[in-house]
Amino acid sequence: MILVWLISILFVGGVIAWLSERINPNYPRLIALITVLLDLLLMFSLLGTDPAAGGWVASVDADWIPRFGISFYLAADGLSVLLLLLTAFLGVIAIGSAWDEIKEQTGFFYFNLLWTLAGVLGVFTALDLFLFFFFWEVMLIPMYFIIAIWGHENKNYAAMKFFIFTQVTGMLMLISILLLAYFHFVQTGVASFNYHDLLAVETGGRLEMWIMLGFFIAFTTKLPSVPFHSWLPDAHSQAPTAGSVILAGILLKTGAYGLIRFAVPLFPEASMSFAPIAMTLAAISILYCAKVAFAQADIKRLIAYTSVSHMGFVTLGVYAWNEQALQGAVMTMLAHGLSAAALFMLAGGLQHRIHTRNMLDMGGFWAKVPRMAVVALFFSVAALGMPGLGNFIGEFLALLGAFQANITLTVISAFGLIFASVYSLWVIQKVFQGEYSNSKFDDSHLSDLSRREMVYFGAMMIGLIWMGMYPQSFLELSQPVLVELISGTESAIAAVVQN
Amino acid sequence: MNITLADLIPLLPLLIATGTAVVAMTVIGIKRSYSLTAGITIAGLLLATLSAVYLMPTTNAQVTPLMIVDQYSLFFTVLTCATAMFIAVFSFPYLASLDDHKEEYYLLLAIATIGAIVMVSSNHFVSTILGLETLSMSLYGMVAYTVHSEKSAKFPLEASVKYLVLSAAASGILLFGIALVYAQTGTLEFASLVNVDTETPGLGAGFTIAALILVFIGIAFKLSLTPFHMWTPDVYEGSPLPATTYLATIGKAAMFVVLLRFIEASDALSFDSVILVISLVAAASILAGNLLALLQNNLKRILAYSSIAHMGYLLIALVASYFVEGSISVEAVTFYLVAYVIMSAGAFGVASVVSSSEKEFDSIDDYKGLFWRSPWLAAVFTGMLLSLAGIPLTVGFIGKFYIFFAGVEAALWVLLAVLVIGSGIGLYYYLRIVYRMLLNADEEQGFSVAIGSNLSSHAVLALLFLLLVVLGVYPTPVVSIIETISTYIL
Repeated sequence: MILVWLISILFVGGVIAWLSERINPNYPRLIALITVLLDLLLMFSLLGTDPAAGGWVASVDADWIPRFGISFYLAADGLSVLLLLLTAFLGVIAIGSAWDEIKEQTGFFYFNLLWTLAGVLGVFTALDLFLFFFFWEVMLIPMYFIIAIWGHENKNYAAMKFFIFTQVTGMLMLISILLLAYFHFVQTGVASFNYHDLLAVETGGRLEMWIMLGFFIAFTTKLPSVPFHSWLPDAHSQAPTAGSVILAGILLKTGAYGLIRFAVPLFPEASMSFAPIAMTLAAISILYCAKVAFAQADIKRLIAYTSVSHMGFVTLGVYAWNEQALQGAVMTMLAHGLSAAALFMLAGGLQHRIHTRNMLDMGGFWAKVPRMAVVALFFSVAALGMPGLGNFIGEFLALLGAFQANITLTVISAFGLIFASVYSLWVIQKVFQGEYSNSKFDDSHLSDLSRREMVYFGAMMIGLIWMGMYPQSFLELSQPVLVELISGTESAIAAVVQN
Repeated sequence: MNITLADLIPLLPLLIATGTAVVAMTVIGIKRSYSLTAGITIAGLLLATLSAVYLMPTTNAQVTPLMIVDQYSLFFTVLTCATAMFIAVFSFPYLASLDDHKEEYYLLLAIATIGAIVMVSSNHFVSTILGLETLSMSLYGMVAYTVHSEKSAKFPLEASVKYLVLSAAASGILLFGIALVYAQTGTLEFASLVNVDTETPGLGAGFTIAALILVFIGIAFKLSLTPFHMWTPDVYEGSPLPATTYLATIGKAAMFVVLLRFIEASDALSFDSVILVISLVAAASILAGNLLALLQNNLKRILAYSSIAHMGYLLIALVASYFVEGSISVEAVTFYLVAYVIMSAGAFGVASVVSSSEKEFDSIDDYKGLFWRSPWLAAVFTGMLLSLAGIPLTVGFIGKFYIFFAGVEAALWVLLAVLVIGSGIGLYYYLRIVYRMLLNADEEQGFSVAIGSNLSSHAVLALLFLLLVVLGVYPTPVVSIIETISTYIL
């Protein structure tokens, strides 16, 4: 029941925030903050719960559209709980980053923000595939509004591209879901969209590959991975800061979650024969997008491309499909959620202060904004995979696991770590070091990070250090889930290996 | 045969609608009063709706060979009468300032509804033609209704004549097809073609196929399916908005019910060539409708092209019905028609509410900044557009889900691919309108958004919006009704 509460609190909170704008334009942000904090508190109660059979700490199941065997089935296990916590935590951060930036139509903004979060929570907990698809699409519309209304100069194009990419690939997934449900109907005579029922479906043959591809394309568009990534740099660079934080921190993770929870377990055989291609795409994403990132002058586009590059490690880990690699993928998701969100906040903060994202105009900011420079250095170093911080654990485990599955591609992908150092340090050099010149922008508002901003960045730093120093507290939660998922697919994978 | 009173009871909705037209006409003859005529029409249509709801659970009768009154036809009678009533409500403020006689409009509307009721209850070519022509004749009048008005800048006469000429041509083709059916079987019932094939004495399978395809083409004209869609954008654009709404909702839904009954009863899909023709028309409609809509800046033309595409989606479910056992495809068609009527009525309704016969706001730029001027209207409009695009939380999503479901079960991969591509293109022009509404309005332009002046129209919009969301989130009640009634079609 608690899962229904978590989601409905956000839906209701969003409506109240919208309405409260009439009383005072500052109320919406306050209400949004209280709503998300309330959600975060409720989630902690999930941590203390002893898991039921199958590792589910909470679940709710009710009939929804019986004609198609569709039920309102939500459930959370350790993996979901980790991602729920990340969502709520970054939700708070996103509200913080919007606190001063969003001045117009505040009510509608926080309405959209909370509804996006609600959709994401639904995606992370839905175990009925129709319901999953429903939430998958629900989170798009408010995100579209956030980019289209509060975005920057080219927002219409970016918002439209984001929407069309995700919607069209979503429809491919819908066809795959329906095919799977149809197979279940043919084999058992009962219509069902239940995850556990569909796990038992025997698809087999060439069709399985096609069905799997429907899921794969939808998830790797969201993740994103080459060749479906081209919406992301536009969406990120045009979105307001809070939008970028949610996009990079949370929405991308829904794609990774989908791969781990659905794409591979539902189609183990097809996934394993497809794994070399998926891992090749991952390696291309890692190297190609790192290279493209290096060529960007727009700081937000640069960070966007690095996101694609880092997400490549997630794909790599998932398709290696062993415990270490999956743990690495999950850790990368969490750590990248924090580091990318922080970097986008810094870029957004800079843009808010000097009204440009062009790095060629910047330089020598260290003396002007020392606190911001230190924070930026910290998160850049985190992103490049410095040991002791979360991203290192994630990428190291992912590579370690992938090495067991495919040595060549792992070795190639590992070069991504070097590229990451190059572009991360290049940003620092470009923006914070060198000669200071204010000829290209107005620096009258170039002030250092405020105390409130330091609190957000501080919280994210603690998170990354915790992940880097004692990852066990996170690995513990996801480990039983991943072991269960792997054991569920073992026999099928053994069959593929034999062939 | 003698018609007894018991035979008449199933026809109650039809009789009430006819009575409404007669009473309204008499009242106009005695004393011209705009609000009284509108009131009588709305009340009569409400009564007809309620009587159909009342009859629905128990009635299943073939009244004369011409009309079948079963749960399916009564369901669509409810939909038709209720939608006609909503359109009458939208029409009232719209026509209030017309500098011409405006009472007769409601007569036309009531008579058109009679035609639509006959069509949805028809399983015989004679009643189909009677219903269709009653509907079309009244629509010619409704389309051209503002023709004498000095102020209305649009082209109602051009639209009406275009509709008249092309519609008559289509009727001719339909009649020719019917004549071929008659030549083959000597009867005009829909079911007459079942089991007619090469072995049966007659003119041979070639004639049957020709007959079926000619009938389909005649109907395709009325449904504005590609390549018979040319008239649609012009007629939609030229007509007064309430008439466009009528044409787009009831006109399409009633015709599709006839097509569905005809295809199912005549077993037409057992001929490969018929399936091929319908599939090609479906794919062409989806692609042409969506692609051409991209180029438009006029709201009515966009919705006209989008309706072409939506009719194409419906054909996919129709084709699927041949391959799928059970009633799921018929249910898909039925649910999608309900969804389509709700969202089209809503989208045109928003435009009707802000327009009047003197000035129509039908350029998408007129809606610039609507989100900040009237969040209420903008929310309704956005809801309708997103529903047309098939986004969750709206009834359009459930409708599209039904079509996908039927298509997957029937393994119609090519048509499904076209559906995905078409929907993807569709997103672009729906979002274009939504984006216009999100922009900041440059100056105080355009229409008044005050609710006070036409409260009843806003109430209807609220009802449609409620239906849109409730059926989008919890469709089970309607799904189970449709599951029951669809068994009557097969």
